[in-house]
Amino acid sequence: MKGLRHYPGFLGMTILCLVILYAPLVVVTVYSFNGSTSITTWGGLSLRWYADVFTGPEAPRFAAAAWNSLTIALLAGTAATLIATAAAVAMMRGGRFRGRPATFALINLPLLVPEIVTAVATLIFFTMIGLTTGYLTILIAHMTFCIPFAYLPIAARLQGIDDSYEQAARDLYASRWQAFRLILLPLLAPGVISGFLLAFIISLDDFLITNFVKGAGMETLPTAIFGSVKQGIKPNIMAISTLMLVVSILFVTLSYLINRMGRRSP
Amino acid sequence: MAGGAPDAGGGTGSGSGYRGLIGPLLLPTWLMIGIFMVLPVCLMVAYSFLTKEFRGGVEWEFSLAAYDQFFVTRGLFGDEPPSIEWTYITIFWRSVWQAVIATLFCLIVGFPTAWFIATRPAAVRGVWLFLITIPYWVNLLIRTVSLKFLIRDNGPLNEALMSIGLIDGPLPLVNTNLAVQLGLFYSYLPFMVLPIYAAVERYNFAYSEAAADLYASRWVILREIVLPIVRPGIVAGCILVFIPAIGAFLAPDLLGGAKTFMIGSLIEEQFKGSLGNWPFGAAVSVILMTLVLLALLIYARQSARGGQR
Amino acid sequence: MKKLLTTAALLLATPAFAEGELKVYHWFEYIPQELVDKFTAETGITVTIDTYDSNEAMLASLKAGKLGQYDVAVPGDYMVQIMGTEGLLDTFTPEELPSFGNIAPQWLDVPFDPGRKSSIPYQWGSTAFSVNRDVYTGDIDTLAMIFDPPEELKGKINVLDSQGEVLALGSIYLGIPQCTTDRTQLKALNDMLLAAKANWASFGSDTAKDVLVSGDAAAGMIYNGFSAKARAEGANVEYAYPKEGFVVWMDNVVLLKDAPNRENALKFMNFLLEPENAAAVTNYAAYTAGVTGVEPFLAEEIKTSPENNPPADAPAGSFIAVCDEETQKLYDAIWINLKK
Repeated sequence: MKGLRHYPGFLGMTILCLVILYAPLVVVTVYSFNGSTSITTWGGLSLRWYADVFTGPEAPRFAAAAWNSLTIALLAGTAATLIATAAAVAMMRGGRFRGRPATFALINLPLLVPEIVTAVATLIFFTMIGLTTGYLTILIAHMTFCIPFAYLPIAARLQGIDDSYEQAARDLYASRWQAFRLILLPLLAPGVISGFLLAFIISLDDFLITNFVKGAGMETLPTAIFGSVKQGIKPNIMAISTLMLVVSILFVTLSYLINRMGRRSP
Repeated sequence: MAGGAPDAGGGTGSGSGYRGLIGPLLLPTWLMIGIFMVLPVCLMVAYSFLTKEFRGGVEWEFSLAAYDQFFVTRGLFGDEPPSIEWTYITIFWRSVWQAVIATLFCLIVGFPTAWFIATRPAAVRGVWLFLITIPYWVNLLIRTVSLKFLIRDNGPLNEALMSIGLIDGPLPLVNTNLAVQLGLFYSYLPFMVLPIYAAVERYNFAYSEAAADLYASRWVILREIVLPIVRPGIVAGCILVFIPAIGAFLAPDLLGGAKTFMIGSLIEEQFKGSLGNWPFGAAVSVILMTLVLLALLIYARQSARGGQR
Repeated sequence: MKKLLTTAALLLATPAFAEGELKVYHWFEYIPQELVDKFTAETGITVTIDTYDSNEAMLASLKAGKLGQYDVAVPGDYMVQIMGTEGLLDTFTPEELPSFGNIAPQWLDVPFDPGRKSSIPYQWGSTAFSVNRDVYTGDIDTLAMIFDPPEELKGKINVLDSQGEVLALGSIYLGIPQCTTDRTQLKALNDMLLAAKANWASFGSDTAKDVLVSGDAAAGMIYNGFSAKARAEGANVEYAYPKEGFVVWMDNVVLLKDAPNRENALKFMNFLLEPENAAAVTNYAAYTAGVTGVEPFLAEEIKTSPENNPPADAPAGSFIAVCDEETQKLYDAIWINLKK
C-alpha cells in the first residue's frame, strides 16, 4: 500500500534539506568564476581565479600545501588501509576470541573522541616526547585516525563474503596465504579500494588535528585555506575550494561506484 | 561516520584458519591506536594536573590550578574568598545547548528526509542517499566558509532577499548564535539522516497496514507505531550529531565572532591564541571528554533498553 | 617493497639546498613574498615563514616548545624585553652584521635592548583605531569610539586580539598608568572593558583589515599601516589620533636562542637592514622603517598617507610598558576575565 508510505510535507523537507546542503557549495562554485575582483559584485564569467591559483603570488604556498596534503593522504591512506585490512580479517574471520570486544572499541575510538580532544592530546604527546612537530607528526596522526574509516567498508564487505570459498580452497591443499591472495583478496578488493579512498579523503580534508600538530612552516591545503580565510574570503579561495570540492566528489563517487560494482559479484 | 562498524558479535566463519594469526594481524592496529591515541589522551589527563609557568610553558609540579581556574573564582585578583566560577560552566552549558538545538534542527529536517528516501523504490534509493552524503565529503572548512560567504551582510543571500524586496537592510546573520547553529546543522545533518534511514528501511510496513485497517490516521500510525520501532535509529542519529557538535570549533570560530564562545574555541584559545595556558586547555578537554562519555553511556543504556522491546 | 621505501624516504626528506634554510616566525601579512624571493635569489637560502597574530601568542608558542625550531622572530618592543629576561634570545656583535650602521640613530640604543645586542629595528608605527566614514561622520578623535561608542557603531566594532595593546589603550582611555598596582584603578579598568565588550562584534588581529573592508565591522582597533591597506582595498575608513593618547610600537627582528641556522639568520637580518629592502616592507605594510636612507625607495602614497603623518595637534603616542611579574599577573587576570 503505497499510501501509507506517503506523508505530506516530507518531500518538501527533503527538497529543503538538499537545497540547504548544496546552496553554499553552488554559490561558491558560481562565484569562483566571478570576473570582478570584488567578491560581492558579479563581473561576468572568467577563469582568472583558477589561473591565479596556479600562477598568482600565493601559488607557491598553496602548491607546497597541496603537495603536502596529497602525499600525506597517500601515505596515511595506504598505511591505514593495510592496517585496517589486517584488522578486518582478524575481526571477521577470527571467530570469537578474547580481545574481540576490546579491539572493536579500540578501532572505533578515533570516531568517538571529539576531534579537538584528539588534537590536543596528540600535540601534548608529541611535545612531551620531544618529537619536533612537522611532516612526520602530521603523518602519524593521520594514519591513526584514518584506520576506522578504512576499516568500515572493508569489514562490511568481508562480512558479506561467505567463507566457504576459502574453505574449499584449503580443502584443495591451498596454503593460507594462497587462499587469502587468490580467493579472499580479489573478492575483498572493492571494499579495500573503497576503504582506501575514504581514508584518503578523510586525511586530505582534515583541518583541526593537522592545525594543532603541524610544525614550523608546514601547511596542508586546509590549514593554508584557513589561514587565508582568516584574512578575508578572497576569490582565489573560492577557486581552490571549488577544486577541492570537485576532487572530493570525484573520489566519493568512485568509491561508491566501485562498491556498487563489487556488490554485483558474490 | 561512526557507529556503523559491522557486527560486534562473532563475525562470519568459524575461524577459517586465521585463528593463529589474530595476534600479528591486530598488532599494528593496537600499536597505532594504542600509542598514538590512547596514550596521548592519558598524557593529556596527566598534563591537566601540571602548573603553568608564568608567561607560558609548564612546570612539572602537581597542581589542581587548571581545574581550580575552571570551577572556582577567587575574585579578579585572587584575593577574595572562593566561590563558583560560572563563566566556564556557562560556556559548557551554552555549547551543550547549541548542540541540542542543532540536533533538534537536524532531527526536524532529517527525519522526514530519511523517511522519504527510505520509502522510495529500491532502485532510486541509492541515488538519493548518495546525493545526501556528497556534501559531507566536501571539506568541513570549505563548507563552513561557503556558508559564511552566503549569509554575510553583503553576501548573495542578503542581496537576493533585498533585490526581491523582502527586506530593507541586510539581515545581521554572521557573528550570531543563529549563524553558529546553522553552521552546526549544516556540518552534521547527514549524520542524522543515515541512521534513521537505516532504521526506516528495515521497518516492516505490515504494521502500518494493520493499524490502518483499524482506522488509524497516518499521523497516529507515525506516532504510535513507527516512532517506537524506529527509535534506535533516531537515538543513534542524535548522538552522532550531538557529540561532534559540543566540541565543534570551525562553526563557532568562523561564524560566531566574540559573542559565541564555545568549548572548541575555548580549548583552541589556550593552545593557539593569546592566552597560552596548556594545562588549562588540557583540563577543559578532559571535562569535555567526560561529558561525551556520559552522553555515550546514556546512549548505551537507551539502546540496551530499546533492545529489550 | 624496496621501491616503496625509497619513494617514501624521498618524499619525507626535506629538499637539501646547497645554502640551507631559514625558519622565520613572523607577523601575518607584513613582509611581501617578492622580498623573500629576492633574498632566496641572492643567497640561495630557502625561507619558510610561520605566522602569528599577537606578541603573546608568539611567546606562548615559543615557550611551549617551538624554541629551537625557528631562527628569527619579529616581536614588538616590550616583547623583546620580555624575551630577553626569559632567556629566549641569542646575541650577536655588530661585526656580524655589515649593514649595522644603517640603523637610524634614534633606534640604536633602546631601553628594551640597549646597544642592540639581540635585535635590529624592523618597522615602527602606531595602534589606535579606524572608523568607517560611511557609517559615522562625527568627531572620532577619542578612544570613546571603542570603549563607549555612539549608537551607529554599537555592535559593529572589532577589537585586536592582543592583550598588550587592548589593556594599554584601555588604561590610556581611563587616564591610569600602565603598570599600576592600585586595585581600585585596576578594577575600574576591568569594569570599563567588560562594559565596552557588550558593544564589540569580535576579537581579531589578522582579521582587523578584512572586517573593515567587508563591512562586517564599522570601526575597529587597528595598526596604522593595516588601516592604510584597508583604505587601499576600498574601505572608506579614517584612522584616528585619539586625544587621550594611543600606542606606538617598534617591531624588531630578533635572533632566537638555539636557532638551527644562525648563519643564515644573520644574513637575513643584514638583508633587512638594507634601505631598499626595508623600504619594500614599508611599501607593503605601510609602516615606517627603522633604518636610514629609505626615502628614495618609498612609494608616494606611503610618504604622504595620513596614517604615517599625524596632524600637528595629535598627542604623542606611548610605548607599551613592561610590568614586573607581580603586577603582570594582575593584568593577565583582567585579560583572561575579558576573554572568558
